[in-house]
Amino acid sequence: MIDAKRRTLLKGSITAGSVGVAIGAGLLTPQLVLAEWNESAFKAKDIPTALTDLLGGDSAETSDKIKIKAPDIAENGAVVPVTVETDLEGVTSIAIIASKNQTPLIAGFDLGESALPFVSTRIKMAETADVVAVVKAGGKLYQNAKSVKVTIGGCGG
Amino acid sequence: MSDIKIRAKLSGDETTVKCLMSHPMETGLRKDSKTGEKIPAHFIQEVVCKHKDQIVMTASWSGGVSKNPYLSFKFKGGAAGDPIEITWTDNKGESQSATENIA
Repeated sequence: MIDAKRRTLLKGSITAGSVGVAIGAGLLTPQLVLAEWNESAFKAKDIPTALTDLLGGDSAETSDKIKIKAPDIAENGAVVPVTVETDLEGVTSIAIIASKNQTPLIAGFDLGESALPFVSTRIKMAETADVVAVVKAGGKLYQNAKSVKVTIGGCGG
Repeated sequence: MSDIKIRAKLSGDETTVKCLMSHPMETGLRKDSKTGEKIPAHFIQEVVCKHKDQIVMTASWSGGVSKNPYLSFKFKGGAAGDPIEITWTDNKGESQSATENIA
């Protein structure tokens, strides 16, 4: 599995944002384009570390162009529906963070050229906290947050 | 046999894809209430969504995504009958894939 050369190639193609081009050029078969799961980002206990590992920076400008749809009060923290949508141009990644979870980074989405800046999923929240959406657009980071009150936490045992 | 349910719908030039996967999504932090032992982590790490063999979106997840995950996304350029393929891989290396045509 671990092939140094392949990793370098992957990193290169992802930074250039041209995974599709790489496929077209026959450099990579679609199977190989699977980006390696970013263990350090997902195991990080604080948001700046997670963001730096995932998106290459932790300073994000607050933007009201990012719309987060989530309930004001979540009765069950195990299932909190979250939708992130934005009007920003040139979006390449969207990350969803539950600020008070043990490992705050919940999900990262890498969008291809045809994808619209919209993702929806369901997340677990340990306690009442902000759901933060971080969007990478044109190489810059933007964020917005929405507070969700959690009645029963969804991460404990 | 696949446990991924996919629904892809075309509206104008936008295709909305919704999918549901069957997976326990254990964080590794939860304890068994009877034995007090930690339940080992078992969650989907990566979901690759393809339209006609082109990757539309790659999702990377932690155990913070709810059990039996739901995922929805939108993209441009789809046509009725085009195949949408969703593949997930979890932290144990298990993988599942399903394909559905755009309605």
